[in-house]
Amino acid sequence: MTDISHPIAGVAGATSAAPAPRRVALKRVLGPAHVWGLGVGIVLVGEFMGWNFAVGKGGAIAALTACWLAGILYTCVAMIDSEITSTVAAAGGQYAQAKHIIGPLAAFNVGLYLVMAYTMLEVSNAIVTGDLIEAFSHNMGLVGDVDKRAFMVLTIVFLSWLNYRGVLATLTLNLVITAIAFAAIVTLFVYAQPWAPGETLKHDQLLTGLPYGGLGILAAMHFGLWFYLGIEGTTQAAEEVRSPARALPLGTLTGIMTLLIAATLTWYVGTGLMPWEYLGQAVTPLYDAARLTGSAPLEIFLFFGTLFATVASANGCVNDASRAWFAMGRDRYMPVWFGAVHPTYRTPYRAIVFFAPIAILFAISTPLDQTITFSILSGLLGYTTMALSIVMFRRKWPLGSIPRGFVHPLHPLPAVLLLVLCSVTYAAVFLGYGTQLLAMMAFYIAASAWFVLHRYKYVRRGDQFTMAWPKPRGY
Amino acid sequence: MSRRPYEPPAQSVVGQIVDAVLMLGLVVVTLYLPLLLGLAGSGATTTAYDNPSWETLKQNPTMAAQWEKLGFTPDSAAAIIGARFDYSVSWMAFAVTALVIVVYFVAMLRWSDKEYREVIAERFDDGERPSS
Repeated sequence: MTDISHPIAGVAGATSAAPAPRRVALKRVLGPAHVWGLGVGIVLVGEFMGWNFAVGKGGAIAALTACWLAGILYTCVAMIDSEITSTVAAAGGQYAQAKHIIGPLAAFNVGLYLVMAYTMLEVSNAIVTGDLIEAFSHNMGLVGDVDKRAFMVLTIVFLSWLNYRGVLATLTLNLVITAIAFAAIVTLFVYAQPWAPGETLKHDQLLTGLPYGGLGILAAMHFGLWFYLGIEGTTQAAEEVRSPARALPLGTLTGIMTLLIAATLTWYVGTGLMPWEYLGQAVTPLYDAARLTGSAPLEIFLFFGTLFATVASANGCVNDASRAWFAMGRDRYMPVWFGAVHPTYRTPYRAIVFFAPIAILFAISTPLDQTITFSILSGLLGYTTMALSIVMFRRKWPLGSIPRGFVHPLHPLPAVLLLVLCSVTYAAVFLGYGTQLLAMMAFYIAASAWFVLHRYKYVRRGDQFTMAWPKPRGY
Repeated sequence: MSRRPYEPPAQSVVGQIVDAVLMLGLVVVTLYLPLLLGLAGSGATTTAYDNPSWETLKQNPTMAAQWEKLGFTPDSAAAIIGARFDYSVSWMAFAVTALVIVVYFVAMLRWSDKEYREVIAERFDDGERPSS
């Protein structure tokens, strides 16, 4: 959503340490509905795939419990984020917030969380696209074999090229295909007749309690986050909304409510059509649900719905990951070479191209649940930082010391609740994916050491604080 | 007295390339290689079924019908139905993981605060509010 229409002078290939004028021109044109659409649009793909791995980790009932618990976690995220974002209304979302509230190393880590979460989500989308096309061609009886890896690579390369060429076309395309994907979900809900249990949906025969006992509820929390992961992306529009104080909290909180309802309905349709063992490992659960209704037109519609949702999400991920990386390059947290803007297309083309090989490498050779876990873990680390951030924000600038667009109620209860739920989710990931959790921590610890020991010396200290606020208390 | 702003050194093009390659290498070594070598991944157990039927797989007629609509037979569904996560917990591994996460956040916050003081000192040393 960032219009990089004023490239940074001297950044391309810059080796000079001279101050570089920077300007990011953004138009304040968005209202609460746009914020709602942005948040829901990013997350919509989570209804088409990934959420069902929560069923695999704990059974269908555990997945529903995790869905609601994750809903509480994200409500805390939305409340905290709304206060900080409506006050630190700067493009860059949590990255810019961490720079102003916690400090450079935390901002560096938050920037990396964003990049890794979006890149691994892009990879997950590419995997689903390949699997979906393979399954669809098989189900339609097409002659010959489809190599799904070719479609995974094609998805990443094509979307990278689209983003390289310009942001306007890609985001316009996103709006259209997200709308079609949303219509596919609604059509499936209506066709499955959820108001007539036993007709199409057979929960009385397919629900089997808790196959892993109570521990399954805890374990399912891991993938429960997938129902909502990315809603905090609404903060990316902070500089583009007409009234941040009104639009951001309203758009984000109504987005959470929408997703809570959509997640519950998705669970209801999925678990009413598939045995939990199948649902718990399905790559394309809603497409499979459409197949089970026996309606060929609905199957084709859900094929395109799933395809569009994954492509739209991957497209947004390329956009967001590259801009986070670009911002880090611009701030010298990464080599300034990445802070370059294409002279013709006005896009952060080097950041876009840089991540394409990494995305392809993971897409063609790693399982979907692993890449989703990497994305979830990066998001989880970000939410943990957010809970700490709001406590520091209130201490450094108490209420009344600076104008706030929105003051979230019951502080510090949402922060404490968020920290508790994040801790529960770390434990949930540990169950079954413990080594991956440690691998992810090893990555961030090594990257932090690199930043502290080497990279920070290239960072201009004073440029890390740009808000017109008084000096923080205690400093 | 106004504090003299910190002037970072210039980084050569070669230095920037090295930094970029280092980050790529870090992603590959810490995240990709463990998966490739089978060192990371979901802990699971598998139950093998000899001559499976829907009954021995504990699938009722409705479940069996749905499996068949999805193109499965008892033989092909057995591997999926027999796969379970292994939730046996090593408390030592759990404690080490928890410690790593806590130490990571504590160290990050403390070091960030040290850097943040430099940022604030440079921005506010002239006693005025910064302009946005």
